[in-house]
Amino acid sequence: MLIAVVALAALGVLLGVILSMAARFLSVDSDPLADELEQMLPNLQCGQCGFVGCRPAAEALSAGEIEVTLCPPGGVALAAKLAEKLHVEIDLSKMDHEPLVAFVHEERCIGCTKCILVCPTDCIIGAPKKLHTVIASACVGGAACLEVCPTDCIEMVPVTIKEASVQSWNWPKPGSPQSSSSLHSKSSQLATGGAD
Amino acid sequence: MKLFEIKGGVLPKDHKELSANKAIQEVPMPLELSLPMHQHIGIAAKPMVQVGERVTKGQLIGLCATQCLEGSASNNRITAPVHAPTSGRISNIAMQRSPHPSGLPEMMVTLQPDGADRWGALPRALDPASSSASELVERIQQSGIVGMGGAMFPTAAKLEARKYSDLHSLIINGAECEPYLTADDRLMREQAQKIVDGIVILQHILNVPNVIIAIEDRRVHAVDAMRTAIGAHKGMSVVLVPTRYPMGSEKHLIKALTGQEVPSGSLPSSLGLIVNNVGTAYAIHEAVRLGQPLISRIVTVSGGAIKNPGNYHVLLGTKVSHLVETCGGFSQQPEQMMIGGPMMGLPFSDLEVPITKGTNGILALTKSEVKPGTHRPCIRCGACIPACPSGLEPQDLFVLVRNEKIEPAIDAGLADCILCGACSYVCPSHIPLVQFFNYGKGQALEMRNEVVRAARLKQLSDERSVRVEEKARQKKAKQEARKKAIAARKKAQEQERAQAGEVKA
Repeated sequence: MLIAVVALAALGVLLGVILSMAARFLSVDSDPLADELEQMLPNLQCGQCGFVGCRPAAEALSAGEIEVTLCPPGGVALAAKLAEKLHVEIDLSKMDHEPLVAFVHEERCIGCTKCILVCPTDCIIGAPKKLHTVIASACVGGAACLEVCPTDCIEMVPVTIKEASVQSWNWPKPGSPQSSSSLHSKSSQLATGGAD
Repeated sequence: MKLFEIKGGVLPKDHKELSANKAIQEVPMPLELSLPMHQHIGIAAKPMVQVGERVTKGQLIGLCATQCLEGSASNNRITAPVHAPTSGRISNIAMQRSPHPSGLPEMMVTLQPDGADRWGALPRALDPASSSASELVERIQQSGIVGMGGAMFPTAAKLEARKYSDLHSLIINGAECEPYLTADDRLMREQAQKIVDGIVILQHILNVPNVIIAIEDRRVHAVDAMRTAIGAHKGMSVVLVPTRYPMGSEKHLIKALTGQEVPSGSLPSSLGLIVNNVGTAYAIHEAVRLGQPLISRIVTVSGGAIKNPGNYHVLLGTKVSHLVETCGGFSQQPEQMMIGGPMMGLPFSDLEVPITKGTNGILALTKSEVKPGTHRPCIRCGACIPACPSGLEPQDLFVLVRNEKIEPAIDAGLADCILCGACSYVCPSHIPLVQFFNYGKGQALEMRNEVVRAARLKQLSDERSVRVEEKARQKKAKQEARKKAIAARKKAQEQERAQAGEVKA
């Protein structure tokens, strides 16, 4: 009886020590999933998802509080990757995929440079008392500039970043409106007119 | 020579009899030539002439000089110049409708021929035997020579492979596998000697012991002509490859000749091989021996709707309408116009677009020659699988691309699809499979661009945060320094006051 009590007590103490040591030395301060998700996010800290940066967004993602389609700069590609990582099903076609970029209305810009100072990607060019303008291809659409502008001269506009040109043109999907309306319906392909 | 079998492929009725026996003819001088500044893969050339300027035949009119290449990534500095195909006056420099399937405008220089067809000063003729390889490659670059088989990759850039890979064989592609097209066939029959001279120059540049000239086994006249022209040239041989589409595809030709497969995503130079078209060899002969830049090419005009199909020696920039007129016009309303062959060619509808360096054929196909535009559902018959020369499963790829699953499609080998159209050809449901793959490849490219852009934005943002931190640190350091200075000054004043007190005392 006594031996059993002592043995169990000793075992309990021993395991307790091991566990407390493990808790101390093998502890993880942060959620490892959130870390991984943070790595996957663009880390632009643009705030378009409603969180103050990519880290809180990653934490919310890992807790399952928000959808994987949260990140406009990451686009469809990122949403698909996140969905795979988190094993959730999403409908990518529903994702609103029109990027918004800042646009400076020049008649109202006073050249105060406030927006330049807050832009996370340095995409606004200008100088004190000179007109400012936005390099659309470098704008993440974080809208931080909107809040600081004293004359409300910045607007978020949907923008096609690339111009329609022969180089950037891609084949339309067969059956889509662009495809049927125009000459690219490559209806041909040689008729199967008997092999010879 | 032992040949190897290629996977898949199809054997469409080739319709080459329409133009194969028609000798290459000259085209009457058109009233106007429209020269696109982008007739090659790489960076577009910039117009080097002014409106109203008089130019001579062979004069440089479009060039992308070193400074215009500066903005682009160093691994992408590929371009080719454009030359005036005849003498005349520059009448316009503007965006005009391109022969591209999008129909979007492109920068073009319009030239009004003066009829004199007068050559300007040409660079001196080079003797390949006494010229260095780099001298010859420079001449090829300056002459604006691109892959004449249709890919339009600048030849000089391709020949750079000699510097970084151990080449052992040069393959000359005379396997014109697209139905209807006979331009290369005719060129070999009529200009074999000059082609062989071009090959000798290539061989000298690349310093390769073996040259294989691959010709389809049905093109007997071309084979004879080339064999005669080779004569006693060392290491050169004509090899007959079976007539099968797409035998003329670079990767498949290599498979048939050597049994080796070019690994996915790499170039033939990784196997020590380099492939050039017969038309390219001909253009190299003209550039090196005569100093003449690339200003014309052989074009097959064919199809059931053309009155007199044939092969023509066409100045670059000639409008398709002028060429069709030369052939006697249409015998009936064409159902579909194609630039290139019927399998891989690009559809177009506006006849006012120009012939470019890569145009090997103009086809006007009748209703009976093209597949109906309507398609039925996939019945999963699997006919496309044995037809695919790249060993893919088109029916599965099709489902993936149709459902916008681009990444899984890439995993299933979308990038290895060569868009040959063999699957579309055999499909009993007339599904435009190759169009889906075209679309899928475009989407894949866009996705890749998006990733590149995201990485660039991240870099910008990182650079900024580093800068902001650095600024904050400097500010703090400055503040501290100022504080210290103030403290030091105070101390000094106190000391002074104390000293003054002592003195008073």
